[in-house]
Amino acid sequence: MRTIEHRKHEKVNTGIGDKIFYVVMYLILFTLMIVVLYPLLFVLSASFSDPKAVAGGEMLLLPIDPSMEGYQYLLQYTEIWTGYGNTIFYTVIGTLFNLAATLPCAYAMSRQDLRGQKGLMIFFMITMYFSGGMIPGYLNVKSLGLLDTRAIVLINGLVSTFNMIVARTYFVTSIPKEIQEAAIIDGCNDFQIFARIVFPLSKAITVVMALYYGIGRWNSYFIEMIYLKDRSKFPLQLFLREILTKSSFAQTAMSDGASYSAEQMMALIKQADTANMLKYCVIVISTLPMLVIYPFLQKYFEKGVMIGSVKG
Amino acid sequence: MRQKSGVTKKGIIKGWQLYMMCLPAILYFLLFAYKPMYGIMIAFKDYSMRQGIWGSEWAGLDNFQRLFNSYWFPIILKNTLTLSVLTLILGFPIPIILALLFNEISNGKMRKTFQTISYAPHFISVVVLCGMVTLFLNPSTGVINKMITLLGGESINFLQEAQLFKWVYVLSGVWQEMGWGSIIYFATLSGVDKALIEAADIDGASRLQKIRYIHFPVLIPTILVLLILNCGSLLSVGYEKVYLLQNATNLSASEVISTYVYKTGLEKADFSFGAAADLFNSVINTIILLGANTISKRATQTSLF
Repeated sequence: MRTIEHRKHEKVNTGIGDKIFYVVMYLILFTLMIVVLYPLLFVLSASFSDPKAVAGGEMLLLPIDPSMEGYQYLLQYTEIWTGYGNTIFYTVIGTLFNLAATLPCAYAMSRQDLRGQKGLMIFFMITMYFSGGMIPGYLNVKSLGLLDTRAIVLINGLVSTFNMIVARTYFVTSIPKEIQEAAIIDGCNDFQIFARIVFPLSKAITVVMALYYGIGRWNSYFIEMIYLKDRSKFPLQLFLREILTKSSFAQTAMSDGASYSAEQMMALIKQADTANMLKYCVIVISTLPMLVIYPFLQKYFEKGVMIGSVKG
Repeated sequence: MRQKSGVTKKGIIKGWQLYMMCLPAILYFLLFAYKPMYGIMIAFKDYSMRQGIWGSEWAGLDNFQRLFNSYWFPIILKNTLTLSVLTLILGFPIPIILALLFNEISNGKMRKTFQTISYAPHFISVVVLCGMVTLFLNPSTGVINKMITLLGGESINFLQEAQLFKWVYVLSGVWQEMGWGSIIYFATLSGVDKALIEAADIDGASRLQKIRYIHFPVLIPTILVLLILNCGSLLSVGYEKVYLLQNATNLSASEVISTYVYKTGLEKADFSFGAAADLFNSVINTIILLGANTISKRATQTSLF
């Protein structure tokens, strides 16, 4: 009812100023959407296109002379697939670790009858504002003998205090106290209350947490770059970094000013074009999973941001 | 005490279970957050691997002196500030404007679509983002330079020109995070009192006036809190991204404190010096955070703590 009335007023009051406002607003919004979408579509198209057309600037939006050539090259690049496997391992197992450490802790912290709760909260919150920093962190990992192990990748970032507080806010505001009290009367202990009553009611926050942690793990590279030496343990992002930031051979050759025969030059340029196509392909295969999944989880992460903002 | 909190024998066991639930998190923070804090000590020492953190010789403020007198110090300080202030000036207001605009779209389906599209870049990794930036800005094959030449301009080698680095860094960041950043403001806008809008409609308020006098004021507390938080991390620029966009030619504009810490501390294994630079960074961060918090508390009664 209310919204209907509201709409009516809107219509009545639409003056010339409002019309101009709407025109300008949609102009801005459509421009922004193009700015956001264009680079993504360009990458997708370029990964299928004839690399010469992309390098020559003929391909503007749709693929020219589409082929799977780039992806076929990529199949032969075995290290990428090693990285892909590692990233899936780190993301799945690591996120499970994150959830197992964060959710029970957040639940315990949501309980008013937890003694020393205030002190514990300060203990957790300090880690949001202070850290030892990169160097002491590295020396610590080294002294624990965890350098160049898969374990450190999984352990790193096990709990984020921010996420824990978001989950705690959810438990406080969304799980009725009465159910928990009833469970206590029925003889449930705290483990049972969490596992059998609270956790099954917390699908939304579990998805939010899995999403936050999972994205972080899938996209992370710096920590792995510092801690890992063995290439067989590298996640996808480290191989991507090598491929994407390596300047192509032809470019270096040209800027060196070295003299090449026309034939050699053509071969180099072709090689550079293929390398670029390969770059577009690796961007697609590494990013597509995330971009396909997130629209389905939109309501969850919007909810997550909202719960987070309640606490500031 | 016993009676007040009603602790029976069963109660203690129960409490013990709750502590067990916190245990993994507590152990993690003790081992990987608090223990490294003890390691900050090496900033005041001449750290050697063999002697360890405690056993190494004290060096007083030598490391800091070396830092302040080094050739790079004024450069990295200036670059760090430039990048973060510019990010704040451009990156902070845009999500607010975007949320206000989203809120004006009356067609729910269209609004959802716009929002979904705007979040997409957030899910791209730094590595991929920097790869895209490098590809698009390539002077001979990049699509941006193709467009510039198409419009009659000269192709620009963006990543080799030091003075352009900050724009590349900041604008790619705005592109990536504006949609995501708008979520929190958009959510806050749903708290606007409908009756207020109806009253404004009756008074014949225009769209812009409603935004100016009703919607925007609702956002102010959220804006302030986020502004304080952003100020607190003013000196911690996204070094993961800076590191990837750096090259020998733009280094004079792209070397920031954190990348310098990484290079001197870890790559050159000058641990104490790196730790000193890092500590300097966090101390300044804390001072700015506390300062922003105090100013906001006095002026608007909004504060973090």
